Amino acid sequence: MSSDRACLHCGSPVPAGMAGDFCCRGCEGAYALVNGLGLDSYYRRRCIDPNVRILRPDEDAAAVHDFSAHVTTTPDGLAELHLMVEGIHCAACVWLIEGLLARQPGVTWARVNMTTRRLVVRWKPDDNDAAALLAPVLAVGYRVVPYDPAKLGRETERHEKELLRAMAVAGFAAGNVMLLSVSVWAGHFSHMGVHTRDFMHWISALIVLPAVLYCVRPFLRSALTALRAGRTNMDVPITLGVLLASGMSLAETIRSGEHAYFDSAITLLFFLLIGRYLDSRARGRARSAAEHLLALDAVAVTVVEPDGTQRLLPPNRVAAGMAVFVAAGERIGVDGEVVDGISDVDTALITGESVPVAVAPGARVFAGTINLSAPLRLVVSAVGERTLLAEIVRMMEVAEQGRAKYVALADRVARWYAPVVHVASLATFLGWVLLGGIPWQVALLHAVAVLIITCPCALALAVPVVQVIASGRLLRQGILIKSATALERFAECDTVVFDKTGTLTLGKPELLRDGGWSDDDLAAAAGLASASRHPLARALAAAAPGAALAANVREEPGRGLTDGVLRLGSRRWLGIPEDDGAGPELWLERPGRAPVRFAFADALRPDARAVVGALRDRGLAVALLSGDREATVRALAVELGIDDWRAACAPADKVARLEEMKAGGRRVLMVGDGLNDAPALAAAHVSMSPSSAVDVSQTAADVVFQGTRLRPVMETLDVAATARRLVKQNFGLALGYNLFTVPLAVAGHVTPLIAAIAMSTSSLVVIGNALRLSRGRKA
Amino acid sequence: MTNLLMLIPVALVLGLLGLVAFLWALKSGQFDDLDGAAHRILFEDDDAGKPADKA
Repeated sequence: MSSDRACLHCGSPVPAGMAGDFCCRGCEGAYALVNGLGLDSYYRRRCIDPNVRILRPDEDAAAVHDFSAHVTTTPDGLAELHLMVEGIHCAACVWLIEGLLARQPGVTWARVNMTTRRLVVRWKPDDNDAAALLAPVLAVGYRVVPYDPAKLGRETERHEKELLRAMAVAGFAAGNVMLLSVSVWAGHFSHMGVHTRDFMHWISALIVLPAVLYCVRPFLRSALTALRAGRTNMDVPITLGVLLASGMSLAETIRSGEHAYFDSAITLLFFLLIGRYLDSRARGRARSAAEHLLALDAVAVTVVEPDGTQRLLPPNRVAAGMAVFVAAGERIGVDGEVVDGISDVDTALITGESVPVAVAPGARVFAGTINLSAPLRLVVSAVGERTLLAEIVRMMEVAEQGRAKYVALADRVARWYAPVVHVASLATFLGWVLLGGIPWQVALLHAVAVLIITCPCALALAVPVVQVIASGRLLRQGILIKSATALERFAECDTVVFDKTGTLTLGKPELLRDGGWSDDDLAAAAGLASASRHPLARALAAAAPGAALAANVREEPGRGLTDGVLRLGSRRWLGIPEDDGAGPELWLERPGRAPVRFAFADALRPDARAVVGALRDRGLAVALLSGDREATVRALAVELGIDDWRAACAPADKVARLEEMKAGGRRVLMVGDGLNDAPALAAAHVSMSPSSAVDVSQTAADVVFQGTRLRPVMETLDVAATARRLVKQNFGLALGYNLFTVPLAVAGHVTPLIAAIAMSTSSLVVIGNALRLSRGRKA
Repeated sequence: MTNLLMLIPVALVLGLLGLVAFLWALKSGQFDDLDGAAHRILFEDDDAGKPADKA
């Protein structure tokens, strides 16, 4: 916590202009609420996680969310709601949320899953309703998004559980059979009796056959799907190998032979299931991010009826032509035209422009933007699927489909590996029968040995293990890999495209100390500015923390602030000649003095210059695509030495530019944060987003990184390059081992003992090689 | 030989017990919230307002 005064509720420093112990009214209210319910021990117990959003109530928390569509009824007549919770710092938050809900009338069950950050609440529908129930949770500062548990992630969750169960069964069977096999191998040297050996084989068969039937299903299913589609994949030789090996071993056991491969079959499955499970975990890590997509839609819209009454409606029930009222500070939920009111609208989400746009009657506003300074009345022109917001999301989805066609290295290897294995095995069988002149049963045994030896155990482990270790290493540095093939694509990219606002810069205007004003001017201006929510006014107030709030400040929307004597606002309002080249600015006018100009700039991320330089040193091309105005973008491009830049790009322009680069044979890494970047993020070969980005962008990006620095871009590129090298080494090792052992198998010299040893060692070598990645440089 | 007849079933039964315990734990959601469960015990004692029917 800050050494100065920290807000009692959210823990962030209290702005110097504020009296008391709170940074804002929302926090004060939240603190009173928590204390009033006797949950104040929360404040003693919590530990604040700097990486999670500060627990500060939203200014629009009062806006009613529409949860009714997501409420389901349980068999025993209770209402149930599933929600994703944002803002959970530690276990105390879980306790607080559950405590808050438990104190609401009618609630019978409230449970937060800390791992998945999901909340399930059940209540008696007659005693309460969802909005009232959740109001205290929202008021404290958490954000909740309802979701449909049936649609979301259930499929992958079930799949993962199935893999885990199969893994447990395979592990159990493999362990026990190994005990028996070791005694058989030992007996081989100490003259174990034939009957004892058969006895051991029979017990092995009893354990392994049911286990194999159970554990092979995930592979069998995928193999059948591939075969039905006329393709072959890695799972075909796996399934075939395991089933044939088990069948052959059973036949050997029945005729009391010595070549029983039960242990190999089940160990193989065990190793493969480990690889498969790791793979699935790596994929599923941050899929939850996608679930936040709904969040932007969750705000209700205030509709004004012809008779003047106001009604809250969810955005999907608003029709074009309706009149809508948007209070100051509220997020606009529809696309529409302003009919009444003058205000500033923060369009950063849509255009990436950091300075709010002034709107007056006749202006068009878009869903997802925020109305800053005064109430507006709109006529709805588009809703739901037809809004600009929905349009952007749709563009993103289309772009993502293109990327889904990317084929991972492991799959490319599998494409030719599987047929080779089948042919080798078939050739062995035919060769022995036709040329070797031995009975077909023995020939089949040799063919099965080839299948077992070539089974891509090491291959199937090579990629997932490297991936899990690489993403673990990045995760410790606050870099989250969301897509399974992201690292591979990272290693391939040759061009880096940055967005400006919020990516290269911090996305917040800062007052420039350009000498155009004195401390006295600043104090006077800050006194006015403290009263406003406009980003420039806030930056001004932040630059003069000691300034006393001026009395009687009035905000003239779209123009500026005045207390009757002083005026602080736009150039036009104060009657100063226009200048298109000027960046974001505010002018202060005092009676009897020349107007003073305060200029603002969006500060660069601290290491932006270093990172751009380092990228270029690596031989990567660097480009800049921004939705901001040309003057601002040019200044920044010159400062960073980026030659390839474009300004005033709409989301579709960004995508078009990326497609153009792709057509030119370039593989682009896109780094961006705004909603306007989301389609571009999805269209790029690989993409990255800071954790300060809007949810949609984080969803579209392959990698999300935390912190105010751009250094993670380099780190990810480094790890990706190392990971690719290790994967290739692992493939080399696995193939080298096959080159060595396959001739043995074809010649019929592989005994169950050799098969078991060869298979385990190759897997262990591959895992050991992958582990080198975690040793590497420490962060 | 007789000791084998006894030891093998014993080993199998012990292994099976472990397996069944794991499968039960998986099915009953013991692995669903690994972080939450570890911290929850620290808060439960003086939490009077919790819903009565917690599982």
